[in-house]
Amino acid sequence: MHFVMNDDERYGLDKKARLLGPLKLDSGGEFAPIEFAYETYGKLNADKSNAILVCHALTGDQYAASQHPISGKDGWWSNVIGANKPVDPAYDFIICINVIGSCLGSSGPASINPSTDAPYGMDFPVITVADMVRAQAILLDHLGVESLAAVIGGSMGGMQVLSWAAQFPNRVRSAVVIASAARQSAQNIAFHEVGRQSIMADLRWKKGSYYDGDAPTSGLAVARMAAHITYLSEAGLTQKFGRRLQDRDEKSFGFDADFQIESYLRHQGISFVDRFDANSYLYITRAMDYFDLADDYGGILANAFQNTKTRFCVISFDSDWLYPTSESRRIVHAINAAGGNVSFVEIKSDFGHDSFLLSAPEMNQIISGFLKAGE
Amino acid sequence: MMQSLRPDLAIIADNIATGSRILDIGCGDGALMSALRDQKQVDARGIEIDSANVSAAVAKGLSVVQGDADRDLYEYPDNSFDYAILSQTLQTTHRPDIVVENLLRIGRYAFVSFPNFAHWRVRLSLSFGGRMPVTRLIPEKWYDTPNIHHVTIDDFRAIVRERNWVQEKQWFLSGDTQTSRSGANLLAEHAVFLLRQ
Repeated sequence: MHFVMNDDERYGLDKKARLLGPLKLDSGGEFAPIEFAYETYGKLNADKSNAILVCHALTGDQYAASQHPISGKDGWWSNVIGANKPVDPAYDFIICINVIGSCLGSSGPASINPSTDAPYGMDFPVITVADMVRAQAILLDHLGVESLAAVIGGSMGGMQVLSWAAQFPNRVRSAVVIASAARQSAQNIAFHEVGRQSIMADLRWKKGSYYDGDAPTSGLAVARMAAHITYLSEAGLTQKFGRRLQDRDEKSFGFDADFQIESYLRHQGISFVDRFDANSYLYITRAMDYFDLADDYGGILANAFQNTKTRFCVISFDSDWLYPTSESRRIVHAINAAGGNVSFVEIKSDFGHDSFLLSAPEMNQIISGFLKAGE
Repeated sequence: MMQSLRPDLAIIADNIATGSRILDIGCGDGALMSALRDQKQVDARGIEIDSANVSAAVAKGLSVVQGDADRDLYEYPDNSFDYAILSQTLQTTHRPDIVVENLLRIGRYAFVSFPNFAHWRVRLSLSFGGRMPVTRLIPEKWYDTPNIHHVTIDDFRAIVRERNWVQEKQWFLSGDTQTSRSGANLLAEHAVFLLRQ
């Protein structure tokens, strides 16, 4: 993909910045310096009114619309960002930042702790979604972006969008929250705990101090396999795999990956460990589990949107049982109760939570129409 | 009159003040909302049950929430709109009375429009045909109709009195043209009421 680039060297593909911050953390204390890995697409216009921040999900990264350096795949949201797509670098200045706690270049447990010259490991502070967002705000200040035409994201990206709108209402003109929730449900915390226990039960995890040896890849792969099931739907799995056998005509009466779905999940697990750090998986799932936007607003979600001028668009998918429509409705209810401006659609899809990452023409039309109306 | 709107919607549109805030319940693909936005600078919000309609409306840049008049009106604060509009939707709700109470709580004014089940064609069809009426404004068969609470103009006038709702204005339509209020219960196919708190 070809992008128009600014001359400014703060902008462009595969950028890094190290800022002093400090970042105030929900857990108390401060974190500094902060490393940021990010990308920008398109050109910031003269009145700086066309900036769109794209927020990534749990295992996402800053490569929203450019080739991933490890997997070689297209950007994770190439369906939404690109020429003649809802977010178009010909018109928009698009920013995507690797969240803190992650492992694609922004500060995380695998980063070097300047006070020890060794990776932080478990000394990295436990961060929250609100911390991720405040960190992003520090980078946007550095990039000279005060006001955002839109903040947009799915899943954990949607949580960041909500946190952005609540923490920085005057910086966010439009907010698109897709397949997300204003709080992590008990069921979702439960799935995350299975993943974390799988990592921590891997003997190579060594309480997070594995960076000088083998990483706990078996634990991380199993965590990914379990999580991946939650991103799909029974209808989607049946349609894609059914009970079909993998490269064989008969059951093996053993424990090979007889079924296509087993083979697929194993592949998902194995390929994931090449691009993701196990400790980051612990930290980011923890941040999601701690997320309940109402916490900072007296337990009343509507108070998070009091007097908001931000326009909201909330989208859910009917087969998404991880972040079901009921969670989206809860957000819509709160924004309406606060007298805010919100649109909401539940889109029909067989592909579960992952629907927001796939080609979804209806979602694209909605995002496109919503963003254009805000210009 | 607003061009290209359904006649009942055109009446509603003509009687809404420029620059007001409206909530259109059962807004369909947003025809009324977009006309009001473009021609009267109205801040319009909508609720619509059908997801394809919602998608179409949001893609047009309208603020529409997929929802249900019976279930979702509670979340809107008191007096949050100048007008709450319920066009051709009253007869599809489970509790039309509660829905109208909600309209009058949410909006300073409420427009309610509905097909008149006492129109002479409907009466003829039932009296002489002995069958549930299927007419231009009530086109579905009894088994697949979304209209679960058929209502007549006199029924509606009665509930307005019983509940002490304040009736500001009323309009009646026969075909696509307005008709007089005398004999409306027999002669009008369609009624539009403007109520206020």
